[in-house]
Amino acid sequence: MTTILSIKDLRKSYADGFEALKGVSLDIEQGEILALLGPNGAGKTTLISTICGITTPTSGTVMVGGHDTLTDFRAARRMIGLVPQEIALEPFEKVWNTVRLSRGLFGLGRDDAKIEDILRKLSLWDKRKNAIKELSGGMKRRVLIAKALSHEPRVLFLDEPTAGVDVELRKDMWEIVAELKQAGVTIILTTHYIEEAEAIADRIGVIDKGELLLVQDKNTLMAQMGKKQLEVMLSEPIQTIPDSLAEHNLMLNGNGDALVYTYDTHADRTGITTLLNDVAQAGLVLRDVQTRQSSLEEIFVNLVSGEPA
Amino acid sequence: MNWSAIAAIYRFEMARFFRTLAQSFLSPVLSTSLYFVVFGTAIGSRIQEVEGVSYGAFIVPGLIMLSVVMLAISNASFGIYFPKFLGTIYELLSAPVDFIEIVIGYVGAAATKALFVGVVILVTASFFVDLRIEHPFAMAAFLILTCLSFSLLGFIIGIWASNFEQMSLVPQLVVTPLIFLGGTFYSISMLPPLWQTVTLFNPVVYLISGFRWSFYGLADVPIGLSLLAILAFTGLCLGIIGWIFKTGWRIRS
Repeated sequence: MTTILSIKDLRKSYADGFEALKGVSLDIEQGEILALLGPNGAGKTTLISTICGITTPTSGTVMVGGHDTLTDFRAARRMIGLVPQEIALEPFEKVWNTVRLSRGLFGLGRDDAKIEDILRKLSLWDKRKNAIKELSGGMKRRVLIAKALSHEPRVLFLDEPTAGVDVELRKDMWEIVAELKQAGVTIILTTHYIEEAEAIADRIGVIDKGELLLVQDKNTLMAQMGKKQLEVMLSEPIQTIPDSLAEHNLMLNGNGDALVYTYDTHADRTGITTLLNDVAQAGLVLRDVQTRQSSLEEIFVNLVSGEPA
Repeated sequence: MNWSAIAAIYRFEMARFFRTLAQSFLSPVLSTSLYFVVFGTAIGSRIQEVEGVSYGAFIVPGLIMLSVVMLAISNASFGIYFPKFLGTIYELLSAPVDFIEIVIGYVGAAATKALFVGVVILVTASFFVDLRIEHPFAMAAFLILTCLSFSLLGFIIGIWASNFEQMSLVPQLVVTPLIFLGGTFYSISMLPPLWQTVTLFNPVVYLISGFRWSFYGLADVPIGLSLLAILAFTGLCLGIIGWIFKTGWRIRS
């Protein structure tokens, strides 16, 4: 794999002393999708803004495709596309013109066929002559993506791309992201929707208070940090858990008809066989059993709160 | 140099101008006509001539300067402030564009619009008075330099402004008084001696005097001094913009 984006000890401090980034280091491979998770004010947007040139770093380096974003900013920025968090578009301008402006800003000549292709893929072709103010919120977000793609970037930053959009559009976005990945585009997205990261990312980065807490392969992360729960459903509800089952640290669900057993998937012994034997010996009749993996959301909340997952 | 970006910014800004072409065209025609009715006819009928030039014709260079300066400032300040206000400036800052290219794009477009209006006023004025232009090249040079330098000033104001009120603060409180007191509607020689001296501290005097000289060969101050003044003003604006470029003041956090 080739590293397309390399961040070394990136720091950003403001005049009032606030440290938005505290030495972030990160390598991103070409063609991967990295999801950056973090609470509000964690530094996600500052990190993206600093990489893209909107914010000047206090120290540290960012290399995009081998080009330093400060000393060789033209070459570095040509490789980057940015879809900002806020819908920032000139309301009176036509869709076609605003996308054309973006392509021109990145130093590329007029290519109507390319812009048409992008607009068609994003279902914006029919709206190309419309003023931005005439579009719905979802359509405006598509225009932002079209602008970011107009210069054929190799690295695409999506800052909260599906914030405030409906489920259908969110699914469309995921498809667009998948298509871009297939075309070899590296994607870094920030999101509040853990399900989004879970669904489309290859790796997950968790950032909080300006520090990158971890970056890991999504599946590895879930396997390493995720708890698994076994739910033992009973034929008849019970009021309390029998004393003979105390050592298993079970929990009884609200209806009293299921016992919840939490275990570590990586432990030598999960304790499931013993548990099921003890449940049978306690005279309880099983109706069904099912297991459930911790979601990324739980992992994320635990990481940020500093508690073990 | 990213010429493609300069062209893109210029084209985008000019598109805004063409969207409102009727207003862009009619507004200066109407205001110039009103100035001629009020100053040229009502007041001019009592003044007759100034240094051998009919009062109506005398005020034409000042009227052109008045509109061109105000429009250059407002176009350029609005051009760069609007992306700041809307948040679309993220695109300029993240594009492979140097600040000087941004300046050329925005200032070039603002100066073009102001120049267009200046020409419209000149043509409109020719319907009211007999105009003569003794030094056409000097006239064009003064007009273009004024469009450019005050567009640079407008750009600085647009970068500095944090809200729409601040955008109109400098044009209304500083530029308008300087233009009205800068000999737009009168010759400095018509003032008492003390005020003639005070007026020389008004930089706009040199601008209007030089421009009027290109029309009628009449000047309140030597033409060389006028040219030096406009060049110095342009240099000052470029210096401030260079400093903004270096520090990222009010643009890049």
